[in-house]
Order: sequence, then C-alpha cells, then structure tokens
Amino acid sequence: MVIKIIKNFFSRIFVDMFKGRDNVALGFYGPPNAGKTTLANKICKDWTGEEIGSVSKVPHETRSVQFKEQVEIKYKGKSLTFKLVDTPGISTKVDFEDFMKFKLKKKESQKRAKEATQGIIESIKWLDDMNAVVVVVDSTQNPYSQVNVTIIGNLAAKKIPVLIVANKADLKRADLEKVESAFPDYEVVGISAKTGKNMEEFYESVFELAKKAKKHRRKKK
Amino acid sequence: MRRKSSKKFKGLTIQFLPYVEIESLSSGERIKKLLQIVLKDKIIILQGRLRPEEEPRLIEYTMALVGTIKGFKGIELAVISPNTEERSVWSRVKHGIVNVLIGQADALTIIGPATVIKDMKKDPSKLEIMMNRN
Repeated sequence: MVIKIIKNFFSRIFVDMFKGRDNVALGFYGPPNAGKTTLANKICKDWTGEEIGSVSKVPHETRSVQFKEQVEIKYKGKSLTFKLVDTPGISTKVDFEDFMKFKLKKKESQKRAKEATQGIIESIKWLDDMNAVVVVVDSTQNPYSQVNVTIIGNLAAKKIPVLIVANKADLKRADLEKVESAFPDYEVVGISAKTGKNMEEFYESVFELAKKAKKHRRKKK
Repeated sequence: MRRKSSKKFKGLTIQFLPYVEIESLSSGERIKKLLQIVLKDKIIILQGRLRPEEEPRLIEYTMALVGTIKGFKGIELAVISPNTEERSVWSRVKHGIVNVLIGQADALTIIGPATVIKDMKKDPSKLEIMMNRN
C-alpha cells in the first residue's frame, strides 16, 4: 500500500513534467460506494478491454488512486482520448467496526480502515491535478451530503468543469429529480454503471465536459 | 436505607464560534483550531463557513488524525446556508458584500466528532442531527 502511494506520488510529478498536453485528466470523485469504480470499469472495459479496479459492496474497496492512460472513446463520429483517474471515495469519517458488519475480521477491518484514510488523503491531493471531474453520486441516497457539496464547491472555486452522474438509476429507490434539484447549476446524467443504462447520454456529456476542460486549460496558459 | 442512584448523565458541549475568532488565522491554523475543539468531544457551531479550498483540507487533516488518535473516527460536517433566491436584488448585493468581508457570515457550519454525532442529514429545508447513544 505504501509502495503504491509512493508510486502514485512520482507518477503525479512525472505527469506534471511531461503533462499529456492533449489528454484531459478526467477524475472520478464522490462518496464511498457510489459506483465510481464500477463506472470506470465499464468505460475501460468498453474502450480498452481491461478493467481498472475491483468493486465490492463493502465501502472503501478502492483505497488508492488508480489510473488508465490513453482511454480513447469514440461516439457519433467523434473521438476523445483522456487519462481516467479513479479515486477512493471521500468521507469525513472511517470506522473499522463498520467493515466488521460485512463479516470482515477485526484485524482485516483495522487494516482496511487505515488504508481508507490514506486513500482519502490521496484522493483530495489529486483534486488539484484534474482537468475535469465526474462526480458520481448514488441516486438512491441523499444528494445533499456535505461531502458532495464540499467536492463540487472546491472544483467550482478552481473553475474545473464538473459533470454529475446519478448512478444506480436502475434501482426503484433512485430519485434523479432529487439529485437534479440538489445541483441545479450542473448537468446531471442518470445512469446505471452496472447495467449500462443511459451510457450513451453519459458519453455525450463526457465529450462536452472535455471540451470545457480544454478551453479552461488554454485560458490557464 | 435507600441507595442513592449512581446513574451519571453524559453531557453534551456545544461551542459557538464566531467567525471573527478564526478570521485572522491562516488556513492551516484555522483547521487545526477547529479540530482541537472537536477532539475534546465538543460540537462546534461556527458562524460562517470555511473557504471552498479549506473544506477538503479539513477532511484531509481529519483523516490524518483518524487511527493516530485512539478512539477518533472522524467528524460529521454540515453547512447550512440561507436560501437567497427569494431575496430582492439589493438584499442579495448586500449579502454578497457581507460575504466578501466576513466569509459568508449568515451560513452556519456544524462540526462534531463522529463518536458523538452519528449522522447529519441535510435537505434544503432542514438539518437532522442524530446523536450516538453512548
């Protein structure tokens, strides 16, 4: 885990030195268990043939930042290449006892909790390096959580373009309208990363997002 | 002879913090001060709110403490801002000026240890705070 964090740190420096000037760094952010890695896996499987990480019902399955370079998506005659960055879910608290409820042993749960806290720190540090962010929220949960507001507020202050994905739209309890009214200033796309529902609209929105990101990068220069 | 009841009632400390008390501090010092209060098992009601770049840092610093400090599991955080949509234009301009001067003074930030506050559920019209039983 420590070696992975060091590797990611040097990867960040390398990216800054030889920044993939044409490639947008597209980050996937959001609370734990919203489906960020499921969505990232769907995209990577669709366009590169390989998944990016493992998924689980146990929160904080992704505990370090994961990358997929040169993901090329083609949609309606257009092509977009980007660097996909899947991040650990951000939370304001981590309790190892929560993992034990999923039948993990105490030592395993404590280890997972420690890795989860380090992952959250890494995730927040990487916010500065994103050109555009997809904020993945669980559409069956309350969208007004402070974590969502904090992530989006921070990105808005840096003028980093944001797309909000209301995931798990296939479930009965999904409430897309509630997510839309929570974030009226942002485009919200309802999808199911698990079933592939509405991925076409998602890809269309990603193209728009990348356009805004490139514009923003040009302005920064 | 009757035994006196030895039941102890656990108190709850809520500390109101005017923004002016942290205004002149650097971002790091501001976050440190808030966490020092939270680590004493107190709930803070902060007049105003942290800057957008400070809120993720608060989470970052919190995570650095989780696992380092025995029994500390993190925080619950909620910011309540007034709904400005129904205000007149002049009212919104005044509000904007005050925000620039005193950091969104009419917002309230509630921060508490996760061991004291079980959950905070926010929606546009209300904030529900659920306390832990212990």
